[in-house]
Amino acid sequence: MKTFNYHSAKDVKEASKLASSNSAFLAGGMTTIPSMKLGLATYKDIIDIKGIKKLSGIKVSGKTVRIGATTKHVEVANSKEIKKAIPSLSALAEGIGDPQVRNRGTIGGSIANNDPAADYPSACIALNAMIHTNNRKIDAEKFFRGMFETSLKSGEVIEAIEFEVPEKSSYQKYPNPASRYAIVGVYVAKHKTGVNVAVTGAKSCVYNEKNLSQVLTKSFSTSALDNVKISSSGMNSDIHASAEYRANMVKVFAKKAVEAC
Amino acid sequence: MASLVGSRVERKEDKKLLTGRGKYTADVNFVNQTYACFVRSPHARAQIKKVDTSKASKASGVVAILTGADIANDKIGGLIAGWRIKSEDGSDMKVPAHPALANETVNYVGDHVAVVIAESLDEARAAADLVKVDYKVLKAVVSTKDAMNSDQIYKDIPKNMCFDWLLGDRAKVKEAFDNADKIIKIDIVNNRLIPNAMEPRAANADYNPSTEEITLYTTSQNPHLARIIISAFNGVAPENKLRVIAPDVGGGFGSKIYPYAEEVVCSWAAKKIERPVKWVADRTESFLSDCHGRDHVTHAELAVKNDGTFLGFKNETIANIGAYASVFATVTPTYLFGPCATGVYKMPAAYTNVKAVYTNTAPVDAYRGAGRPEATYTIETLVEKAARELGMEPSEIRMKNFPTQFPFQQTLVHSVDSGDYGAGMKKAMEIGDYGGFEKRKKESESKGKLRGIGFCTYFEACGIAPSPVVMMLGCGIGLWESAEVRFNPTGNVTVFTGSHSHGQGHDTTFAQIAADQLGIPIENIEIAHGDTDKGPFGYGTYGSRSLTVGGTAIVKACDKIVAKGKRVAAKMLEVSEDEVDFKNGEFVVAKSNKKKTIGEVAFACYLPGTYGEVKSPLPEGEEPGLKETSFFDPVNFSFPAGTHICEVEVDPDTGETKVAKYTAVDDFGTIINPLIVEGQVHGGLVQGIGQALYENCHYDESGQLVTASYMDYTMPRADNFTDFDLGFTCTPATSNPLGTKGCGEAGAIAAPPAVMNAVIDAIGTEISMPATAEKVWSALNKSKNKNSEAA
Repeated sequence: MKTFNYHSAKDVKEASKLASSNSAFLAGGMTTIPSMKLGLATYKDIIDIKGIKKLSGIKVSGKTVRIGATTKHVEVANSKEIKKAIPSLSALAEGIGDPQVRNRGTIGGSIANNDPAADYPSACIALNAMIHTNNRKIDAEKFFRGMFETSLKSGEVIEAIEFEVPEKSSYQKYPNPASRYAIVGVYVAKHKTGVNVAVTGAKSCVYNEKNLSQVLTKSFSTSALDNVKISSSGMNSDIHASAEYRANMVKVFAKKAVEAC
Repeated sequence: MASLVGSRVERKEDKKLLTGRGKYTADVNFVNQTYACFVRSPHARAQIKKVDTSKASKASGVVAILTGADIANDKIGGLIAGWRIKSEDGSDMKVPAHPALANETVNYVGDHVAVVIAESLDEARAAADLVKVDYKVLKAVVSTKDAMNSDQIYKDIPKNMCFDWLLGDRAKVKEAFDNADKIIKIDIVNNRLIPNAMEPRAANADYNPSTEEITLYTTSQNPHLARIIISAFNGVAPENKLRVIAPDVGGGFGSKIYPYAEEVVCSWAAKKIERPVKWVADRTESFLSDCHGRDHVTHAELAVKNDGTFLGFKNETIANIGAYASVFATVTPTYLFGPCATGVYKMPAAYTNVKAVYTNTAPVDAYRGAGRPEATYTIETLVEKAARELGMEPSEIRMKNFPTQFPFQQTLVHSVDSGDYGAGMKKAMEIGDYGGFEKRKKESESKGKLRGIGFCTYFEACGIAPSPVVMMLGCGIGLWESAEVRFNPTGNVTVFTGSHSHGQGHDTTFAQIAADQLGIPIENIEIAHGDTDKGPFGYGTYGSRSLTVGGTAIVKACDKIVAKGKRVAAKMLEVSEDEVDFKNGEFVVAKSNKKKTIGEVAFACYLPGTYGEVKSPLPEGEEPGLKETSFFDPVNFSFPAGTHICEVEVDPDTGETKVAKYTAVDDFGTIINPLIVEGQVHGGLVQGIGQALYENCHYDESGQLVTASYMDYTMPRADNFTDFDLGFTCTPATSNPLGTKGCGEAGAIAAPPAVMNAVIDAIGTEISMPATAEKVWSALNKSKNKNSEAA
């Protein structure tokens, strides 16, 4: 690992001020640190935001679940309040990585990194999440821009993610047998206003599978999905799964999710 | 005292290993130590035009940078192929030079080009990035199947072929096939695997300029072999000036049998710079540069009569041995493969033809089972296909062709001393509730799943091996084993073995044997191994040999101890030697209360003063001390065998395949410690099932290793498995006094065909390993489409 300057920010303002084009915020470090160790990423400044108290914590109201950016996966997985309000969100957190990852990794880190196979971005899309930063509120649909790309600007710090509590929801994924990242993960959420089917792992970025969302908004049942064709165009293809296989899995796992709702 | 052989004694070594108190090579540090980082080829095949170290040598902390030119100047020998194979036409195998640091060409991604030695690891790594190697990149040869028709990698090796080897009689096979009712054919690939020992390879070499002695700590299954190779072939130091220590070693699976370039380079460099040089592989280096396993492409045929009787067997295999011929690379796809390819069966005629090819991939060498998993996969998928095509039960066709008379002269090489294959089959069907399969299949179907069942009956030749036999077949070394049993004056014992434990539990099993032989408590026995300065020369651990060969050497050394003890006890007890019996640790005189414990005798041997009326306990001419050495060379291999039955459940929507039930019944001869044996079976099964369903080494067309991390290389994990149902039968081996046969490799040998036969049964179509979810899904879709077209 190349040497770097380490800063522990005492508040968001300081963190933002320290940021530059050659810096990274450090929360759980579950991607940042391995990337640095492998020489895939180098930074002049690492700005640790774990010490900023207000970035961590869970608040559940009747309609929303608000999770602070540096809240760890294990906290979401174990939160009694979230389990009651949006059980699928706790279940998703419980299925991220392994116990070591869940004990360090954070929700803010996950969505800021926007790995095409990460779990949380699908929750943001499916649950009409609002991403609160130190400057603004960003709609989840507008937040995830492409592979490892978000609409965050330099120095912008995610403070919290606010999810809308759905009528029912479920997240189902087929993990890569090696890495256990999602080859395909499908988050189905039924809101009063309609159904969202968010898909991760299948394409270069999480997306709302509108075909499925519309069909399920009309009729929320697995049989409604029977005749829907999912195109493999634009889907990832690698040694673990072809585009055609992923397209099939989107439908299979959408059905599983509807069934589990 | 109750016998310890056969008891579930908990592993003595576990307290140390499980509480973090083991001492591995990476834990060894010397004063004034330096750190090595290897500069490796990023290309699969290239000429080295220039190695420019000017910038790197000025970097912070750099002590030395050594290249292929330096190693050639110092006349350090290259890495060796340890087993000479001759082609069918009588010509010798062709082996390219394999310098410890590449000189003119690089031949796989990860090939060792230069070493940077610095004051710290970070500085070594940073400077290694600054070494500029000017490559002329050439087209890589990657495919096993096409290697013979691709660009020639080495000037003197046409068709990239190391050898074209034949075992068996083509004319007799032709005759058998001419008389067959039916010929069953398969084309299979034995997928390439990366060993992935938990502990990466490492070396730490210290040189003492005043004694001119090198001490090399290394991750080895075989420190004595490392010493002789690094001395005699690499010429780094004479054997008496090279001490090799393999302390605790975290798994090897074959990949740590022999020394690699890094150990040679660290030893040589330590001498050159007169400072210790430490190197520890990171995980990426392990993926790239540990020797890989398997990688065969096989066409095989079985000639049968309509009643299921086997008449003949053909095996045409291309074996990829990678960029260079590693130490056991040439024996693995020949003598460890060919003889076992006819399986356990009576096979009137057979041949195996293997063409070994070079490619621009990491060297391929022995990996758990070495040749025998490939052999067993070939015959057992073929036999199961024969059963399907003839409409026979998989058990019936096998039973029909089992030998029942032992010793059984197997078709191609081996005389199998003992076995009862029918008993193993029956027991496996009983434990695995074969009769209940249809019911379980219906239950699976009710959940929308497909269920299949697969058999494998295997035998293997291990307990490696009778030296005159293997040396006649081209082996460059003998394969006997040594033991030294040393009584300490106060009556406890140290047993030195030439074998090496890196997970097998020798500290426990060997102590059980010595405790029984000497009649002393197991707590009073230490097992010492892994240091060429302690105990006699030995051949290490691999090929399920340690207990059968090394354990026997311990028995023989104990026999010598008892024999001397008898002579001494007789003198002490004032009787003649033939009046003394040895029982439960005591030398007793029949029909009297006269006795001496073995501890008393040992004490007397070390302090031969006056004992009562006896002036000296030592008979005239007897030397003081109590220490005996034995070298045991077996007269034959040993032949574990068994039947495994696997049931899988396939989700047709996703193709995901899970092992739903697994039954393994093995005949390992006498079992010393069932607890350890069961652990070995479990580990072997996990590796075997891993090969069948998960693991796969993948190079892309340019020779880049795509599966170079755990993100892409699927290691099996605990949640991939169900409980295993184990059973044992026992026909003791007749070739060693313990009656043991070896158990370390059986699971990895038997599991792949058992699993794949079950997958094929479930989905109704042939499929290659690993049967990943997508492959199974595609196969199901293809056959669905075929069926709908037919309809």
